[in-house]
Amino acid sequence: MTKRENYSLNFGPQHPAAHGVLRLVLELDGEVVERADPHIGLLHRGTEKLIENKTYLQALPYFDRLDYVSPMCQEHAFALAVEKLLNIKVPIRGQFIRVIFSEITRILNHILNLTTFALDVGAMTPFLWLFEEREVLMEFYERVSGSRLHSAYFRPGGVHRDLPDGLIEDIVLFCKRFPKQIDDLERLLETNRIFRQRSVDIGKISKEDAINKGFSGPCLRASGVEWDLRRNQPYDCYSSLEFKIPIGTNGDCFERFLVRVEEMRQSILIIEQCLKKFPKGKCIADDPRIVPPKRKEMKSSMESLINHFKLFTEGFHVPVGETYTCVEAPKGEFGVYLVSDGTNRPYRCKIRAPGFPLLQATEFLSKGHMLSDLVAIIGSLDIVFGEIDR
Amino acid sequence: MSKADNIYVKEIFDLIKTLLNFCKFELFIEKNEISLNCSSKDLSKILLFFKDNPSLSMECLIDITAVDYPEKVDRFLVVYNLLSISKNFRLKIKVKLPENEAIPTVNEIFSCASWYEREIWDLFGIRFTGHQDLRRILTDYDFQGHPLRKDYPLTGFTQVRYDNELSRIVVEPVKLDQEYRNFDNLSPWEGMGEYLPGDEKSNLKND
Repeated sequence: MTKRENYSLNFGPQHPAAHGVLRLVLELDGEVVERADPHIGLLHRGTEKLIENKTYLQALPYFDRLDYVSPMCQEHAFALAVEKLLNIKVPIRGQFIRVIFSEITRILNHILNLTTFALDVGAMTPFLWLFEEREVLMEFYERVSGSRLHSAYFRPGGVHRDLPDGLIEDIVLFCKRFPKQIDDLERLLETNRIFRQRSVDIGKISKEDAINKGFSGPCLRASGVEWDLRRNQPYDCYSSLEFKIPIGTNGDCFERFLVRVEEMRQSILIIEQCLKKFPKGKCIADDPRIVPPKRKEMKSSMESLINHFKLFTEGFHVPVGETYTCVEAPKGEFGVYLVSDGTNRPYRCKIRAPGFPLLQATEFLSKGHMLSDLVAIIGSLDIVFGEIDR
Repeated sequence: MSKADNIYVKEIFDLIKTLLNFCKFELFIEKNEISLNCSSKDLSKILLFFKDNPSLSMECLIDITAVDYPEKVDRFLVVYNLLSISKNFRLKIKVKLPENEAIPTVNEIFSCASWYEREIWDLFGIRFTGHQDLRRILTDYDFQGHPLRKDYPLTGFTQVRYDNELSRIVVEPVKLDQEYRNFDNLSPWEGMGEYLPGDEKSNLKND
């Protein structure tokens, strides 16, 4: 009998199933994964270093560019952290707008993840169906902020501008239409034999392991832990809203898929509740030290003009202190550890990306599975390199 | 933040104070977040205590990070961010560390610590004793230096480009077409010191 040797394989960095620039060094025994060593950092842009050299307001757009499929949720974390250090309150309408757009972002992210995951395991149709809806959501982004992806819409103190006319009606229409699309997606995949064979019992992780590995978000919930920051440590107006937290039991790729599908339905419910309760008032705090004056005022008032100039050159000063503030981003717990030394620039801004520990667990999840299952595992973990490499 | 949150945090605070009795530590609440300062030799003991104590059960290590204070004697501050899912609270454990001193790894206690420690080694140059695989993680394969230290320039020292003639990537010293402009926008009216620019002129005699 001839001696068998393990086979080393480079997976990525240029591979469509690597979801970005992931280089995996695999050791294979035939087709079975023995060892998987992810090499990350190919998209490292030094965001944390750059933020230390920018004012608080200039640092905000960097958060759009971390996880570029869920920009607003990350702005949310940063805005909340700065608000906590400044000790300011967001007007109730601002909170509602933020929650609406956080949930739109969640749908945006889950559409991308679920459909590309399906694509990875061989299903093309969901991708074609749902990306059309994704385009509609990005249009909502564009209408409030002027850009489809890098919106820079959430600001410390609230949101940049109020919703434009007609947007609410369009969001209502979307909420009416979209649940049917979710049903279609679910019907197409849930009972599909190929999809089930590729995902059920693949990449299983138990409750204890998931917690120990630092999982958060849908991946943790799929393992049966009922933990959602929107419910357990609510921020903004989430405490006044009702929604269910879907959890799984098995913690495999299939359940991670199901949890995300259900989360999209809950997001629609949250948006509908918000629109029903939508209060009137200001959308950003009324504090001239932090919030720039209205354009209209600047045309007639010298003081407003000076205020505007000072805010966008020097920026506002944040009192000495530190905070770890986190939000339930679509991928899990997205946290910002912000240290301020009293000047107009953050002294340190550590970004806790939910994908980082998830990717770290790839080896644990894929050991003993086939090479093709590895693709399903990566797809189900929802990996985006913007946030992992930072 | 509701009032109930404040009371709950205070309860946890008191609980930790009574339960933790085997080493020296400082405990305080800032902005409703509990922090604990301890020394690096007690770190593993403390983490294990927080993880295994049934009335605290901090089973999840959310994050490890560091902050660089070049002017202080203990240059680095390593921050361990813990979360208790069953008890629903957070805790930051902070360890001060002089330059060139290593800190024990917590890999055996929390299996997700490995990459966080690699990241800190990569970006701050803090070594972790007992870590099996302390490679760089975010920067390039042959990278030199530790970029998140405060004395590391924002532009770095090297740049890479693809050389057509050599048909490979070359690494060369960084060359800026325009000088790096660090706008000092701090207002002189706030927090001004003894001396202001222009003061030297006040003593000049008119010729």
